[in-house]
Amino acid sequence: MAKFRIKRYNPEKQAEPYYEEFDYDIPEGATLLDCLNHLKWNVDGTLTYRMSCRSAICGSCAMKGNGHALLACQKQAAHLLKDGSDTITIEPLGNMPVIKDLATDFQQFWDKVDQVKPYLQNKEKPPERERQQSPQQFRKIDDATTCIMCGACYSDCNVLEVDKNFLGPAALAKAQRFVGDSRDQATRDRIKELSKPGGMWDCTHCGECVERCPKPAEPFYRIKELMAVGLEEGVTNNVGARHALSFVKSVKHSGRLNESKIPIESMGYFNIKGLLDLVPVGLRMLLKMKIPPIIHKPIDDAKDVRRIFEEFGE
Amino acid sequence: MIKHDVLIVGAGLAGMRAALEVCKDLDVGLLTKVYPSRSHSGAAQGGIAASLGNSEDDSWEEHMFDTIKGGDYLSDQDAVEEYVKAAPKVIYELEHMGCTFSRTEDGKIAQRSFGGHSKPRACFSADRTGHAILHALHEQVLKNAKSIKIYSEWYMHQLIVEDGRCGGVVVSNIRTGEVEVIHAKAVVFATGGYGRVFQITTNAFAGTADGAIAAFRAGIPLEDSEFVQFHPSGLYRQGILFSEAARGEGGYLLNGKGERFMEQYAPSRMELAPRDIVARAEQSEIDAGRGVDGKDIIHLDLRHLGEARIMERLPQIRQLGIDFIGVDCVTDPLPIQPSAHYSMGGIPTDMFGQVVIDEKGTPMKGFFAAGECACVSVHGANRLGTNSLLEATVFGERTGRSALKYARNAEFSKVNESHEKARVLNQVEEIFQRDGSESYNDIRNEMKEVMMAKCGVFRDAEKLKSCIATIQDLKERYKKGKVTDKGQLFNTELYEIIELGNMLEMAEIISTAALARQESRGGHFRTDFPKRDDKDFLKHSLVSRNESGMELKYKPVVITRYQPKERTY
Ligand SMILES: Cc1cc2nc3c(=O)[nH]c(=O)nc-3n(C[C@H](O)[C@H](O)[C@H](O)COP(=O)(O)OP(=O)(O)OC[C@H]3O[C@@H](n4cnc5c(N)ncnc54)[C@H](O)[C@@H]3O)c2cc1C
Ligand code: SF4
Ligand code: SF4
Ligand code: FES
Repeated sequence: MAKFRIKRYNPEKQAEPYYEEFDYDIPEGATLLDCLNHLKWNVDGTLTYRMSCRSAICGSCAMKGNGHALLACQKQAAHLLKDGSDTITIEPLGNMPVIKDLATDFQQFWDKVDQVKPYLQNKEKPPERERQQSPQQFRKIDDATTCIMCGACYSDCNVLEVDKNFLGPAALAKAQRFVGDSRDQATRDRIKELSKPGGMWDCTHCGECVERCPKPAEPFYRIKELMAVGLEEGVTNNVGARHALSFVKSVKHSGRLNESKIPIESMGYFNIKGLLDLVPVGLRMLLKMKIPPIIHKPIDDAKDVRRIFEEFGE
Repeated sequence: MIKHDVLIVGAGLAGMRAALEVCKDLDVGLLTKVYPSRSHSGAAQGGIAASLGNSEDDSWEEHMFDTIKGGDYLSDQDAVEEYVKAAPKVIYELEHMGCTFSRTEDGKIAQRSFGGHSKPRACFSADRTGHAILHALHEQVLKNAKSIKIYSEWYMHQLIVEDGRCGGVVVSNIRTGEVEVIHAKAVVFATGGYGRVFQITTNAFAGTADGAIAAFRAGIPLEDSEFVQFHPSGLYRQGILFSEAARGEGGYLLNGKGERFMEQYAPSRMELAPRDIVARAEQSEIDAGRGVDGKDIIHLDLRHLGEARIMERLPQIRQLGIDFIGVDCVTDPLPIQPSAHYSMGGIPTDMFGQVVIDEKGTPMKGFFAAGECACVSVHGANRLGTNSLLEATVFGERTGRSALKYARNAEFSKVNESHEKARVLNQVEEIFQRDGSESYNDIRNEMKEVMMAKCGVFRDAEKLKSCIATIQDLKERYKKGKVTDKGQLFNTELYEIIELGNMLEMAEIISTAALARQESRGGHFRTDFPKRDDKDFLKHSLVSRNESGMELKYKPVVITRYQPKERTY
């Protein structure tokens, strides 16, 4: 018998949220959504959440299971019973106001998607037939286009917890879908917009959104691709990028951020693999006196870091 | 009261494509009970058909013939001709809007083969074609936010018809429970299919016949409702679709004894026979007690393909099995069964999306329909794969144009707002007042079970009569269901109850039309009348309700180029 500990909230009845426990013997092969449906249809009809496709393609059923955002329809309920525990904690997505139980208000999420001008911009008159695009060009946006707008990444993004103005991972992934599209002609304008405060440079590279994303969209990788384009385009007149300059200097020197030069409190989390991917681009830019990306936590072994830089031949 | 020149209900492919036409000149309201990007069009995997000829020579004539033959000659051929001719243009338009398509080496839209099509004409975006198109259209709708107002998570309850003209709809905001009238010069329905009537279905929870039933209750008959397509490979119990590709790559179908039973049914095509034939073969095995472990299970066995091949060609399918039923197809066969997939019938329209209300083609002024909820009819008795995304797009566009043209020259009709609102408020109040002696969950499950067992892959008079009786009984029990949530705020239970009411009505319509059609054609198979009967049944059914119950009428099929022939593959 498993316990479903569900965070309930219904402002029509009670001002504060509370947890309620339901016992249910998880049938073999049941997803978390199957279990919730069982509870709603047989035990408590007031239990509220969204769902539609139940095949991980519509993005309706994102919620938190044991503290992390996931799609209820994609998760085998039994897999949430880790380490001999008999309890699964279900909560609404984070970084959004709750409407009722597990249904959250997506308004801000969509507003931010709107902000990145989420449509193809191409002023030329289209040809009679299709515009040409090679398979290689298609591949550049293939991953970003798999996003189902479920909000799982948005829920668990650490920057959004402290800065509501941050565009957030999904909107940035959507932006990459156009920046990377060989048919889009607004790359420079887009990058300029994305380089403003609240844009791509505010991402702390924690990689949480990659962990949470149920699709290959994996926003942080898309953000890195945006940053690379930003550097190539030389759109660097912004705070984030200026931090970045001192960062690469100090890392190359000591393997560490120089904390007196870079206000460490504006950063937080760290993804070394992700950042090292960017190093070659960053260094190239530095040499051209353009400005490289940002990184956040000190690195233990300065020698290794220097060696990495050397291997890149920079 | 909210006002729009044109109000569109449904924001899948059909609804959004229509909105993009209307917004060129008039103001549009686009209403959907889920967010637009959550519409079920997004679940379509395989592709969208058009004779672009990008990988092999192709022509609209061949596309037309395949469609008509696939539909077992029940398609209206004038409509099919317009539809296949329009196909390449709408695909190019989608591409110009930014839709991502998989490409050939020389940069063209790639095309692949699909069941029932004689040429590789399925344009696709990897294994998520519907998703790619849905999002491209959504992007364009967001771009045109000035003239398209989106009502996400609003529910359409009723159609407003006065003096033979449609004047708007009664809706409610799911989030607040507020009931509103939306006054419009023209209304377009694009509310999708109704597979949820059946126990095992590939359709989303939202596929509940709301649009078709709202039209039906406004006095519009429903056309060809008996034709429901069953897909051979829905996941056991869940119905989640495993695309045809699994069989295309060489997957075996095995019964409980481990036999490749297709040898008995289609020895030359084996697992690659057309969908309806494979679905019937599977059901025959199950009915004969040869399902796996005596259950309603057929095995889709991919093990012999090996992990490398599966990972290369069918990664998505493997993931689906792992996520949704905890089975890895590399080491174990996947449990599948026939699943209700697509509704060929629906709200009758002419080939411009104008809804017609009788066998003479009399139009209902100001009311249009497109996509799966409509019956034009291009699919006839059986739809070919990749033809319905195309239908939603082509007829979405055409219907949008018709609604635009109509609304430009029309005035707002008179609508009695308080009366219209009261109809819905009373219905909700009545639901809240029920005595609560019945469980809606039981009623829903029994409806789904009886529809699957008695109005499913195999039908006969006896089964159908008992099916209708059960549904009528369930309708009585429905009036006594138990409600636990009587709040205003995001009351999903209430909407599920209303949807169940719609599905019960739809179930009765489907089984009534199925009982009357004493022949077998396309998706409709009668064991007591196993042959197609062109003499008596080469005609479309129209079901409506009069004082004494369901009434059946028929209208002729339009035949232009291709005379009916036996359908063999
Ligand atoms: C799993 C699966 C795979 C498929 N694969 C393919 C394929 O590869 N190729 C192909 O051609 N076809 C395929 N189909 C069929 C095809 O996807 C559908 O027929 C098509 O997408 C229907 O589009 P639509 O716009 O008519 O409706 P939908 O996309 O279903 O949209 C319906 C809209 O109506 C709204 N709505 C419904 N009722 C109400 C109400 N009461 N109030 C407010 N709004 C309401 C919904 O919110 C939604 O926005 C597939 C179908 C399924 C189920
Ligand atoms: S990597 Fe960036 S966008 Fe993703 S969760 Fe972390 S801070 Fe947010
Ligand atoms: S990027 Fe991934 S997690 Fe974020 S909204 Fe899209 S699919 Fe969901
Ligand atoms: S219900 Fe659609 S993603 Fe889970």
